[in-house]
Amino acid sequence: MQIDVRKVASLARIRLTDDEAEALGPQLNHILEYVDSLRKLDTSDVPPTAHPHDAAMPLRADIAANPNRREALQQPAPATESGLYVVPKVIE
Amino acid sequence: MMPFTPLHAWKDQLDSGAVSAADVARLYLDRIGAYNDRLNAFVHLDAAHVLDQAAASDSHRAKHGPRPLEGLPIAIKDIFCTQDGPTQCCSPILKGFHAPYDAHVITLLKQAGAVLVGKTNMDEFAMGSSNETSMFGPARNPWDEACTPGGSSGGSASAVAAALAPAALGTDTGGSIRQPAALTGIVGMKPTYGRVSRRGIVAFASSLDQAGPMTACVRDAAMLAAAISGHDPMDATSVAGAPAVDWLAACDRRDMKGLRIGRPREYFVDGMHPGVRAAIDAALAECEKLGATIVDISLPHTEYAVAAYYVIAPSEASANLARYDGVRFGHRSENPADLFDLYTRSRDEGFGAEVKRRILTGTFALSSGYYDAYYRKAQQVRTLIRQDFLTAFETVDVIATPTSPVPAFRLGEKTDDPLTMYLSDIFTIALNLAGLPGLSQPCGFADDLPVGLQWIAPAWREDALLSAAAAFEAATDWHAKRPEGWA
Repeated sequence: MQIDVRKVASLARIRLTDDEAEALGPQLNHILEYVDSLRKLDTSDVPPTAHPHDAAMPLRADIAANPNRREALQQPAPATESGLYVVPKVIE
Repeated sequence: MMPFTPLHAWKDQLDSGAVSAADVARLYLDRIGAYNDRLNAFVHLDAAHVLDQAAASDSHRAKHGPRPLEGLPIAIKDIFCTQDGPTQCCSPILKGFHAPYDAHVITLLKQAGAVLVGKTNMDEFAMGSSNETSMFGPARNPWDEACTPGGSSGGSASAVAAALAPAALGTDTGGSIRQPAALTGIVGMKPTYGRVSRRGIVAFASSLDQAGPMTACVRDAAMLAAAISGHDPMDATSVAGAPAVDWLAACDRRDMKGLRIGRPREYFVDGMHPGVRAAIDAALAECEKLGATIVDISLPHTEYAVAAYYVIAPSEASANLARYDGVRFGHRSENPADLFDLYTRSRDEGFGAEVKRRILTGTFALSSGYYDAYYRKAQQVRTLIRQDFLTAFETVDVIATPTSPVPAFRLGEKTDDPLTMYLSDIFTIALNLAGLPGLSQPCGFADDLPVGLQWIAPAWREDALLSAAAAFEAATDWHAKRPEGWA
């Protein structure tokens, strides 16, 4: 198995320079080879663990509790206007 | 005033009126000023803000009496969101980020009267085992400045080991509290998954992350754990109705008589440093002298833990770190051509090499056609690893292992091959996969560097960890050894 680094980077929305892609390819494949040792185990009847305690996701009471903190929450944003986030044009 | 004073002893001195919170704060600020250039343990410090908190604590004490951590300085890993000062996770993508709210555990520490001191160095997004992926450069080990203090909570470990702070908060996703604690000769505890709220802690791998104390002794770890534990309704993974622990009483119960200690054969492997093995063997012999029984056990799926972890943790990281998009917060690239260009360049410029490796590994493992072969498979192996521990705890009360197969290694020694670095967490990772509590305490030296003894207990039984560790600490003086040159 060889990872197509360019394709995965595109899925992950990370631009890679040619140097980075060249270095990362063998490293990722090396990690993957190691991880492939899991195949030695027969897990056909084993349920997967997503949460260590099998806890059901709790629900809280459906009561509005959060005050409007838009200004504080948008303060770290690189670019906002009239309470909106600014991004490059996406609709022609 | 002595800098190498544990938290509980400072509490006694503060409560008796022998010292003020302002005195204690000034002592540690002076030490940070004198030594941080060498150790690089703190990446942010606002001395005036520390002194303000100390003064406020002294005045609270005078008016209302002391709260549980009144006036005690606690250093904070750069992964905890704090409204005061920056929260950067030692990553360029969060450079200059100021959190709009406090992490839940930060709120709890403030409510307990603690004085929060700076932000400590760490691997970028807690991804690393040597603190070398930090954008601020590595923290250094006070036992040997050419060596790593471990990672990812390396700055917290270095700070406590050199008494730049009496205690610190860390986080542990695959060993990031316990391994640096071991490598710097201090105590570090990862609580049971779900014991401590993760809200406001920059997320790495959500089913594994847990915050915990890094301290000079076992009792201090219990004091801090008591303050930060408890259900948080705003963290869905924080467990409601978890069995309570009487943290300090557990430390007072220092009796090992009749304790059945499991010694897993898979944790005593070839390639382990002989000095580490000797120190652990001697520690277990000491436990026997104290009345414990050592039981040889097997955790047969141990050899698969690192591989399962390096599917699960990067997969969850790739999802968690999708939020760094250059739009809502964090680094944004200049003059993007379009939205895709904004995303991809912001993330290329903002993430370091190790973080990219993990995001890409995780993205691959979750991608169409590979999910079952990697992510689901790793989660199934995770079940087997959990079952190993459940079976073992039918016959033993606690398990004892080395925390790390080697003592502190030299900076630069393992940076060429990511996989070699990953394997340094071989003894700590399985606990995170199983959600179990673990504690590392100093138990000897190898090549003049500290060795850590790791205790593992069943879920929610941190009291068993603390009782065993407190008994060992009371019978030995390893915890009292200090690195030279930091007086």
